[in-house]
Amino acid sequence: MGRKPCSGAEGATAPVNSQAQGTGSGGGLWRVAHTRARRRDNDLRRLQTQWGAQQGQRGHFTDGIGLSAKCRGFSGVINGGYMAELARTELYDLHVELGGKMVPFAGYEMPVQFPMGVLKEHLHTRQSAGLFDVGHMGQVLLHPKTDMDALIAGFEAMMPVAVAGVANGRQRYGLFTNDTGGIIDDLMFANRGDNLFVVVNAGCKAGDIAHMTKHLADVATVTPVTDRALLALQGPGAEDAISGMIHGVMAMRFMDVITAHSVFGELWISRSGYTGEDGFEISVPNTGAVGLAKALLAHPSVAPIGLGARDSLRLEAGLCLYGHDMDETITPVEANLAWAMQKSRRTGGDRAGGFPGAATILNQLENGPSKLRVGLLPDGRAPMREGVDLFDTATGGTPIGRVTSGGFGPTIDAPIAMGFVPPALAENGTQLWGEVRGKRLPVTVAPLPFRPSTFKR
Amino acid sequence: MMKYTEDHEWLRVEGDLVVVGITEHAATQLGDVVFVELPEPETVVATGDEVVVIESVKAASDILAPVDGEIVEVNEKLNDTPGLVNDDATGDAWFFKMKLDDLSVLDAFMSEDEYNDFIG
Repeated sequence: MGRKPCSGAEGATAPVNSQAQGTGSGGGLWRVAHTRARRRDNDLRRLQTQWGAQQGQRGHFTDGIGLSAKCRGFSGVINGGYMAELARTELYDLHVELGGKMVPFAGYEMPVQFPMGVLKEHLHTRQSAGLFDVGHMGQVLLHPKTDMDALIAGFEAMMPVAVAGVANGRQRYGLFTNDTGGIIDDLMFANRGDNLFVVVNAGCKAGDIAHMTKHLADVATVTPVTDRALLALQGPGAEDAISGMIHGVMAMRFMDVITAHSVFGELWISRSGYTGEDGFEISVPNTGAVGLAKALLAHPSVAPIGLGARDSLRLEAGLCLYGHDMDETITPVEANLAWAMQKSRRTGGDRAGGFPGAATILNQLENGPSKLRVGLLPDGRAPMREGVDLFDTATGGTPIGRVTSGGFGPTIDAPIAMGFVPPALAENGTQLWGEVRGKRLPVTVAPLPFRPSTFKR
Repeated sequence: MMKYTEDHEWLRVEGDLVVVGITEHAATQLGDVVFVELPEPETVVATGDEVVVIESVKAASDILAPVDGEIVEVNEKLNDTPGLVNDDATGDAWFFKMKLDDLSVLDAFMSEDEYNDFIG
């Protein structure tokens, strides 16, 4: 297929964008499911004939599982698409060995699911522990050219987030913004004392690296980390599974980072993740990645989890997916991420403004945005997927908003979604309608997250 | 006797009716089914009409009418237990029963052996 490559996003997962979807009638789940060429197989063609015909209502997973997203255009070129060669993470062979169904995602071949299946993998993570390969994401080190204070100030000038004040050994959620206040990418950054360690979305990483290199030219050396894999261990059983083999993790609280020495090499561990569960993200030298993954999987509570469950887990946790719930046209205020913008960077704060798009973002904080991301609970059983138009009347009228992420929440055992609506319709309990296959189905604005997080604070 | 379409449906003759479902192969590829939207009974359909929507954790898919005829009964059990499609694709998880003018149109579809060959 000659579809234009698009890039994946974090959370580590990202559904299809309209562009990919529009040309994706033969793609996706079915296509990728048939990894070996079959003589006459039509890739279950008719069963999925409609994919792509109505954006968002069909084929959420089409693009290599529906997980691809738009970052800036050029990042996709660099990361490659279907026609380009796909990259593999250090764990590729292990995924195949474990029965992972490999699909293209953000320029990588990644497991969308393992034999357990998306639903059970999701529930297993909530009840026990799941191991995720997030090695496709971008790991970047920022070393100061002169001193850390200058680096911190420079990095802070790239986003509406307080970087100063993040203590050595702590991590924070960040957002690169553009001059109109739109979100270039979301990321995690950690203060490791003499450097900052940044993790960005897979599909955006080339663009992010260029962006950082440009903006931090005077204060930092930007080094993409290419000799390390990244694993996430998530769920209530995560601490028990990892603490037996890695010293020092028991004492960690949510968003702490440590450097730990192990037989797998030097590990950079954060107590965080993107599932709403307690857990860890572990940067491990490539040479130790398979060993660490196997050691964790040997624990009875740990199972390998694919991108499919990662997407439903982050959706239940009310977390945004880049390229879907946020992009360059959506500001942090609109994306309901005002919590990520500390007081010090807001009007009246001691380091207010001074980031790209500050005029727009600060104005929206004061006067309100014109649209707002909300949680949506369909009243019935039919999922409302990305692209479903939202209305404030059961018949007639024009769309007042749109679903940006939607599917089934296995823990909640019901369909769940997120989307953008005008603030006047954003109150919890507001009755709206989503148009699914030409029918207006009732949906109620609901608080996020759908499932409370269980971070160890 | 079961017949199979290239769209991974199975067709089973029951008296003068044809029962329609999807194959285990299709169910496996779909993944966990979480919602099934069934047609109204007594609907007259033509080959290729969308008659059933299946939503899995991954995506929405359609089942199209494999032949011309009238849908006379639908499997209401799938409303409450869509997961039956994964558990018993060729048994309890039938979708609808159709009345055909002429059952001989089924001759054109694949046998089980031919279908197994088809999916490789």
